[in-house]
Amino acid sequence: MRTYQRPLPLLWWVRTPAYLRFVIREFTSVFIAAYLVLFLILLVRVKAGPEPYAAYLRWLASPAVLGFHVMALAAALYHTVTWLNLTPLALVVRVRGRRVAPAAIIAVNVAAWLLISILVARLILR
Amino acid sequence: MMSTRRSSEPLWWLLFAAGGTVAAFLLPVQIFLTGVIAPLGWAPDAFHYERVVALLRHPASRLYVLALISLPLFHWAHRFRYGVIEGFQLHRAGRLLAAACYGTAVVLTLVAAVVLARL
Repeated sequence: MRTYQRPLPLLWWVRTPAYLRFVIREFTSVFIAAYLVLFLILLVRVKAGPEPYAAYLRWLASPAVLGFHVMALAAALYHTVTWLNLTPLALVVRVRGRRVAPAAIIAVNVAAWLLISILVARLILR
Repeated sequence: MMSTRRSSEPLWWLLFAAGGTVAAFLLPVQIFLTGVIAPLGWAPDAFHYERVVALLRHPASRLYVLALISLPLFHWAHRFRYGVIEGFQLHRAGRLLAAACYGTAVVLTLVAAVVLARL
């Protein structure tokens, strides 16, 4: 059986701000994937020895690559904020039969995110 | 007749959700550390070669780094697959796109596992 599909303009998400925000959120994952590839190359360079590692760090410090990482950081933060804001929809917590307010769940998530970030930074930076 | 063929969708969705959570909690700090602080030389002791190797050789670090790379890649694969299919109306190429996206995540996960194991 074939169902009828209403024809849509090719870029149906451009003109409606909510749809555009949705598509931007989906495509933050492209920056995340690109960062992970650069991070994987960092591991490969570490394995190759001190010289390749130092050369790779110099390449990472070039303006274009540094600019990419700043954009990737912005994309990752956008993903974090939207992801944590959605958790109350996926996670309904009840305490003594009463539903915990969505804002409280978001607040706990943001606190956990900040705590984990500080912990990771302290572990790596000593 | 009802189809009894099982969908692989729950597996991909589970990996998507796990990857989205790992990315949300760990990637901002991780990008800032290895993409900004390390290249700019703001923490030379922490990113000294011997120290980085010693840190990465710890079994807990290897597991952490593997999860950090692999799970968000499956998150990307899922979002990119549906983002491209819906955003550019490429429903006809759906199967090919799914195979390319999840395949990329699987291959990069294997590469990361091999590099980490041999470090």
